Amino acid sequence: MTAAQVPSPARAAPTSNARYRRRIFVNRFNLAMSLATMAIGMLFLLWILATLFRNGFAALSPTLFTQMTPPPGSAGGLLNAIYGSVLIVLTATLVSTPIGILAGIYLAEYGRSSAFAETTRFVNDILLSAPSIVLGLFVYTVYVLQVGHFSGWAGSMALALIAIPVVVRTTENMLRLVPSSLREAAVALGAPMWKVILKVTLKAVRGGVMTGVLLAVARMSGETAPLLFTALNNQFFDTDMNAPMANLPVVIFQFAMSPFEDWKTLAWAAALLITLTVLALNILARTVFRQAPTRG
Amino acid sequence: MMLASNASAALPMSTTYRAAVTAPFPAQARRASAGRWQDALFRQVTRLFAALVLALLLSIIVALGYAAMPALQKFGPAFFVTNVWNPVTSEFGALAPIYGTVATSIIALALGVPVSFGIALFLTEMCPVALKRPLGTAVELLAAIPSIIYGMWGLFVFAPFFADYVQPLLHRVLGDVWLIGPLFQGAPNGLGVLTAGVILAVMVIPFIASVMRDVFEIVPPVLKESAYGLGCTTWEVVSNVVLPYTRIGVIGGIMLGLGRALGETMAVTFVIGNAYRIRASLFEPGNSIASALANEFNEAADPVHRGSLIALGLVLFVLTLIVLAASRMLVARLTRGEGAQT
Repeated sequence: MTAAQVPSPARAAPTSNARYRRRIFVNRFNLAMSLATMAIGMLFLLWILATLFRNGFAALSPTLFTQMTPPPGSAGGLLNAIYGSVLIVLTATLVSTPIGILAGIYLAEYGRSSAFAETTRFVNDILLSAPSIVLGLFVYTVYVLQVGHFSGWAGSMALALIAIPVVVRTTENMLRLVPSSLREAAVALGAPMWKVILKVTLKAVRGGVMTGVLLAVARMSGETAPLLFTALNNQFFDTDMNAPMANLPVVIFQFAMSPFEDWKTLAWAAALLITLTVLALNILARTVFRQAPTRG
Repeated sequence: MMLASNASAALPMSTTYRAAVTAPFPAQARRASAGRWQDALFRQVTRLFAALVLALLLSIIVALGYAAMPALQKFGPAFFVTNVWNPVTSEFGALAPIYGTVATSIIALALGVPVSFGIALFLTEMCPVALKRPLGTAVELLAAIPSIIYGMWGLFVFAPFFADYVQPLLHRVLGDVWLIGPLFQGAPNGLGVLTAGVILAVMVIPFIASVMRDVFEIVPPVLKESAYGLGCTTWEVVSNVVLPYTRIGVIGGIMLGLGRALGETMAVTFVIGNAYRIRASLFEPGNSIASALANEFNEAADPVHRGSLIALGLVLFVLTLIVLAASRMLVARLTRGEGAQT
């Protein structure tokens, strides 16, 4: 329906007009539905968080941070899983950040609208939303299968593949916000391009790029599927990245599905730790660095 | 976009200009040529990493295709349309998990799209300015919650609630309706295709709602104001001006949500019931590609079994690839000026 078909105000004005009343009713009804959907969304958010906090805080105890994950049917902690998670995510961050930033620089500063850059951009956006379990499967076939065992390294590789597209996208978006006068001023002073990019443009948007890295870390911290076939799990404290490694998400998966109450309690505690970390990282990324973060 | 083209036009000119003026001075010329050499290196390094991203996509397809060979060679194309999954006799067919993936995603979209539209409408047209940012962030936080948390919540809280209250109600109200009745038959045990679909809906809502909100916000205010000036109600403005203007972006957002729903693993694995079956009833347990992988992969020692699971992963990847590529193209078309033709 175009604007011309909408009844003119003059004709619609009298409140006794049935058609006018119907329009008002349709409007109010639909807006009320819209309000209801917003309420539904918030309800689910609160429901999930309330469940998590109630079970999670009840399961919190100091032993979580001092003891290892227990064998079936006994109490224990999460120390090895927390350590493993931090190590795997940290390694993945260290690998993915430079790769993502450099690729983002190419797209924003050199490639721009060349066919190669456009294709890379397109592929990157697809990888941004690709199923994480497939990335785990990929690392399994090219790495785990070749070396013959699960390992922390493989877990980090799988997580890095998830983080790279996030960092590429944010870096490129941020660099594109830099006014070209800034680049021209630097070039006019005799600076070579690489110096202009690293010391001027990238520096101008480092807050935004950091936001991207933080969001990538947040995303990696909660990922479970890619770790199942790569890092797997380990009941003991092990600093060897070349061996199967305990990590919070896989511990949650195995413990929550188990029939043992002790394990379920630990799973809730681990779930609470992960969610608080992820939410804190998200809020930090949104508030500390006020440059607009980017989504997929 | 305009900014980018300005810069690219300006930069090469500045570089040649610099080279020309520094040439007569030997020391500076040396430094300038060193700079050029470093420039070329830096450029090639960044290019290499961009190429790495590109190569990743191809290598995923090649690696999975190669690893899936034992299964694909044994079963041929029939693998994709056979409904059998028996590790003992080493007979595998992908139909049941493909059905589970598609069915749960359709349920997720059927429930998620109207709700997302409502949320986007609320955030752009009705929400008081002071609440816009906090509520928008709250919706995005829903997307930030790790999927395994959805899984735990689904298994321990939502599934029992669903079995006690919602499923009996659906059964009573819709169970005897012509055509759709069989969908709501059977024992309400909480775990099954429908539960997985509902949880997926909650998970995709934030993605679809944020895209919709973003595209609704690019509608030029003058268009909306003209419609209001003609006496349109808010709903008439949204349905006659905003939606037609952002049609393609909205479809792109829905496809993005579909891409997420297809590949979601943990939340589905917890509640779908893991049974290789295709039943008319949505209350029955089923299996999705992702949950089959999560549950079985580490136990699959036999190469044909493992190959079959990897082939499932390949199907999932290609499926999401198509959906996401379509979504990208639609959204890109919108940003290139969908408004111009309206």
